Amino acid sequence: MSRAVPLLAAMLALWSPGAAGQERRIPAGELKSGIAFASPEVRAMQADDFSNPGMLWVEKGARLWSTPAGGAGRSCADCHGDARSSMKGAATRYPAIDRASGELLNLEGRIRQCRSERQGAAAPRHESEELLALTAYIAHQSRGMPIEVDVDGAARPHFEAGRAFYYRRIGQVNLACANCHEQNWGRTLLSETISQGHPNAYPIYRIEWQTLGSIERRLRGCLSAVRAVILPYGAPEYRDLELFLAWRAKGLPVESPGVRR
Amino acid sequence: MNRPGRRRFVAGLAGAVALPAMSRAARAQTDQLDPMVWVFTKGVPVQKGRVKLELPLLADNGNSVPLTVTVDSPMSATDYVKSIHLFSEKNPVRDMARFYLGPRGGRAKVVTRVRLAGTQTVTAIAALSDGSFWWDSAHVQVTLSACMDES
Amino acid sequence: MSARIRVVPAPAKRGEVVEVSILIQHDMETGYRRDDEGRVIPRDCINLLTCRYNGVEVFRADLSSGISANPYLQFYTVAVASGELEFSWIDDLSVQGAARAGIAVSE
Repeated sequence: MSRAVPLLAAMLALWSPGAAGQERRIPAGELKSGIAFASPEVRAMQADDFSNPGMLWVEKGARLWSTPAGGAGRSCADCHGDARSSMKGAATRYPAIDRASGELLNLEGRIRQCRSERQGAAAPRHESEELLALTAYIAHQSRGMPIEVDVDGAARPHFEAGRAFYYRRIGQVNLACANCHEQNWGRTLLSETISQGHPNAYPIYRIEWQTLGSIERRLRGCLSAVRAVILPYGAPEYRDLELFLAWRAKGLPVESPGVRR
Repeated sequence: MNRPGRRRFVAGLAGAVALPAMSRAARAQTDQLDPMVWVFTKGVPVQKGRVKLELPLLADNGNSVPLTVTVDSPMSATDYVKSIHLFSEKNPVRDMARFYLGPRGGRAKVVTRVRLAGTQTVTAIAALSDGSFWWDSAHVQVTLSACMDES
Repeated sequence: MSARIRVVPAPAKRGEVVEVSILIQHDMETGYRRDDEGRVIPRDCINLLTCRYNGVEVFRADLSSGISANPYLQFYTVAVASGELEFSWIDDLSVQGAARAGIAVSE
């Protein structure tokens, strides 16, 4: 085991693309959102703001935004005012390090933290209607803006862990994220075209789920696909991976709420 | 060949010629022997035409497939579409939906999203105010996900 | 239940055919799915939807599990007068839903 570790590290070093800020495996000019790999029907569903089912949650989120919550009876709007201005660009910067706790938070994590620490309310459960609606509403305010996460400073170890995860073969099928989404994007798997696996449209209305879902749910779907242990909701591995994915997608515009097959 | 044999042979040929026409109607579920169609049409023949059923040729997920059904009708006070019925060939519930229009409809067109349990033919039968019935069908290839999502 | 209604064009001229669309948040549970413990999730679909234009029914639909989750329906009606489009629906568990939208008709 002790001899295998440096050998594995050497193999990983050969395999990984280098430090943050250097070249991404898919260069900026070749980045394609998942919607580019979708069928015309899915593209039409996302393009029409009225019939995009994700907008049902965005509307719900708008109502929740102005609804008082918790002991002090404060709503999101009481602190943040009109989300259309205060939340503009917010989603492009997540996951991010929370200055107070030093923790890496994704957008869902920030909302849960606000609810419990600043509103004195119960933190909404993962994949709950409340959390999905608020996440969709806030992410939607950044639609069209390019992802621009920061992976330096305190975020660096999380970024490195996320990147290591991305290139590690896992599961019974023994596949790394990179095997499909970096080495074989654009090719056909059964009848599907493999996308580059970017996080720019979350939360998404996934037709397979028949409902809106978070990026964490989608990552769990991938883990089940390669027959790996599905880590529980809230596991730090998801957030580290999400940070790496966001770095990988820097420059791609946010599309939330996206529609995917 | 003796007489009974030749009769049997000719009868067999007639049966072979009739079969393709029968199976097309049956596959499109306008077969009058289908109790689901009978309840709707009460034996009145269903004619091909006037109805246009649009579905994609390929659906990459059967949970949500866009569907448009249009009927060529003036939608006037005296000549209009009463209802449009959608039938599935393979779904566990074959009677998918019924849309009731009427003289105030303006245009006989309905758009929706349907669930399709696998590759199959979907049929639309329109009932007009003059008591006639018209049909169209569309075949959809429904593919499954490459990766199992057990999230 | 959340729902969104769209009427195009708005406003419409009297006698013009308008396109009416509705999107309703509803699982349209088929009754064929099982939960994580293997128990069947009971069927619950919107089975009847009605649209009344100033109180007169202009569209009705019998729906089933063959209609997708978060059902989307688009149909047409003649713009006769300004007023209200009132949708009402009921599902297999007898839960009722309703949504309204104004319809503006100019001369």
